[in-house]
Amino acid sequence: MQKSLHIDPAKCTGCLQCEMACSYEHTGTFNPSQSRIKVFDFEHEGRKVPYTCTQCADAWCLNACPVDAITMDHVTGAKVVNEATCVGCKVCTIACPFGTVNYVAETGKVQKCDLCGGDPKCVSACPTAAITYVDADWTGLDRMRAWAAKANTTAVAA
Amino acid sequence: MGWNRKVLRVNLTAGTCKAEPLNMKWADEYLGSRGLSAKYLVSEIDPKVDPLSPENKMIMATGPLTGTMASTGGRYTVTTKGALTNAIACSNSGGYFGAEMKFAGWDMIIFEGKSPKPVYLYVENDKAELRDAAHLWGKTCWQTEETIKANHQDPLIRVCSIGGAGENKVMYACIVNDLHRAAGRSGVGAVMGSKNLKAVALRGTKGFSGIKDFPAFMAAANAGKKVLADNAVTGQGLPKYGTQVLMNVINEMGALPTRNHRDVQFEAAGKISGEAMHEKRPTDGKAHLVTNAACFGCTIACGRISKMDETHFSVKNSPQYWGASGGLEYEAAWALGAANGVGDLEALQYANLLCNEHGMDPISFGATVGAAMELQDLGILSKEQIGIDAKFGSAEALCKLVEMTAKGEGFGKELGLGSARMCAKYGKPELSMSVKGQEFPAYDSRGIQGMGLAYATSNRGACHLRGYTVASEVLGIPVKTDPLVTEGKADLVKAFQDATGVFDSAGICVFTSFAWTLADVQPQIQAACEGDWSMEKLNLVGERIWNMERQFNLAAGMTAKDDDLPPRLKNEPAKTGPAKGLVNGIDKMRPEYYKARGWTTSGVPEKETLKRLGL
Repeated sequence: MQKSLHIDPAKCTGCLQCEMACSYEHTGTFNPSQSRIKVFDFEHEGRKVPYTCTQCADAWCLNACPVDAITMDHVTGAKVVNEATCVGCKVCTIACPFGTVNYVAETGKVQKCDLCGGDPKCVSACPTAAITYVDADWTGLDRMRAWAAKANTTAVAA
Repeated sequence: MGWNRKVLRVNLTAGTCKAEPLNMKWADEYLGSRGLSAKYLVSEIDPKVDPLSPENKMIMATGPLTGTMASTGGRYTVTTKGALTNAIACSNSGGYFGAEMKFAGWDMIIFEGKSPKPVYLYVENDKAELRDAAHLWGKTCWQTEETIKANHQDPLIRVCSIGGAGENKVMYACIVNDLHRAAGRSGVGAVMGSKNLKAVALRGTKGFSGIKDFPAFMAAANAGKKVLADNAVTGQGLPKYGTQVLMNVINEMGALPTRNHRDVQFEAAGKISGEAMHEKRPTDGKAHLVTNAACFGCTIACGRISKMDETHFSVKNSPQYWGASGGLEYEAAWALGAANGVGDLEALQYANLLCNEHGMDPISFGATVGAAMELQDLGILSKEQIGIDAKFGSAEALCKLVEMTAKGEGFGKELGLGSARMCAKYGKPELSMSVKGQEFPAYDSRGIQGMGLAYATSNRGACHLRGYTVASEVLGIPVKTDPLVTEGKADLVKAFQDATGVFDSAGICVFTSFAWTLADVQPQIQAACEGDWSMEKLNLVGERIWNMERQFNLAAGMTAKDDDLPPRLKNEPAKTGPAKGLVNGIDKMRPEYYKARGWTTSGVPEKETLKRLGL
């Protein structure tokens, strides 16, 4: 079963444990500035929105890369940057419509979410289940259930 | 490990920023944040110094768990000699600012001297420089934060600043970071203002790698998070209602100080409670509360984000206050509400917003308004003197007075003195509900006896966060004690005070202690910090910090007389509720406490005590 990150901003408290976990997984240090997932704070609405790569099926970044440094992990479906191949041309950062591939000046390479090889650390670090890792074909299941519950009326025996 | 081992020393007089190594011997003795910065402060300033003079210093400090994945590991402390109290001040704040300091590679920033003109400190990793703040002076905390981010073209900068209150030296001015988190008490914002320091702006992209044993640390941090999630208070009550979960509970106990402590129960408590914040308003059909929110790293998320009723008289012509912003915590709701007899939730939120915007401690502000209302009630102050009819219960007066105080207009200047100075000025010092010049928070010590001792002996003046025996006396954490008796409270207060010193110095939030004991924190410190951090050592660190702070206050000129409560709490019995007929037994508890502390009968640490603590 292919799985996908599923984000419910309504549950996000802005604690940034996801950013910390992501940076720790990828750099071995606590460094939100190196996180591949970012929490955006819309102060005047009181909303916090975690945002990261959605792993497009036909990925713009992958198609744009002139040196084939971005490949698909066939187990997870993640589009993964091969740092040894990446030349830091940043074409993928322009190609991505969502801004989720970013250049890192320190390494001269780009970085993006790789789903941690199938065990995304942002998911296990999130204390409110705002970020979950679910069946990619049913990312709408929770929302459907919630609407179904609203439509649900008292059962009447035939 | 646990620390960056680097201190930034900013001399505002000379305009210099210099890096220096952290004193690791002191780090081993005082851990970090509150304890370690206090050690620096007491070693560097004359205890008798005028808090608002250039000779006072101000330190912003992180702890070893700040900027880590420990739950709530994002806190920093502002340590200085307090403007309000003339005692040691150590005001602790969450938000994101503390962690950013750690990620920029620093443990603490020491400010000394006074800048000849308004400046702000800009830190980008190793680079630190003072910049002209002429364009920021006069701006609110909110405008300052927005302007700095815009000028630097960097929305990820974290800012702490003072507003008009700090500039005008309102004695309980605070330092606001991340819009609505604050190093709130004792007037640390007035000290910052006296130094012509408007703001500190940080950007840290280095991250923090100073963990001794990462796998052990992650295991300990995860175990701690599970304890918080499984606990009824930290896992359910605080996320849903915030600290406002307490309003109805404390009122029912007869420990909700009302109308400047004349009463111990507030008839409108339900209207300003956490539950009320969830209810839909008749005017617009929306709940006051928008959502809960977390500070950096916090898996509890007690923070309140609220939206005001746009039709309320205080904001109907001020759309700038219609957006979501920091909502009422219990202490603020009490101080702005019950302490003045005001039962209008929207009015309290308006006053709360202005406290955040202009940088004032809502506890001291609200309690000072309560004292002014009593002065009017007694005929000592007239409506004309105050500029509005400030009768108990007047929401209009509260909203007007918060504007006047924030802007330093008219009687607002008197309110800005704090209740102790204001009441003394009008010949009624006994009407100030304070200890060491700092106003009480939201627990009446006639109904919760241990809190009377905790207030009286708190090193930073009356405060609930230095020894929160409410946990034991009300909630039964870690064990239930009878709130109406004095027996056993001396030992209880000492234990809470010492443990709190460790929580504060680690860089985590003391609210974790609803679920955690020191035994839950110890493995996290042990895995993060080099050296051995046994329970015995941590207990000793907590007690050492307390005694060091005490010695500073004694050297500053304080005596046992300053460990006392206002006469009202000792002579006027509670009128209603479970504590009806009771006064606080401070005179009985104080000697027991001195003895438990190993202090003389006049409250001075014995030589053997100091020796045992290595002081």
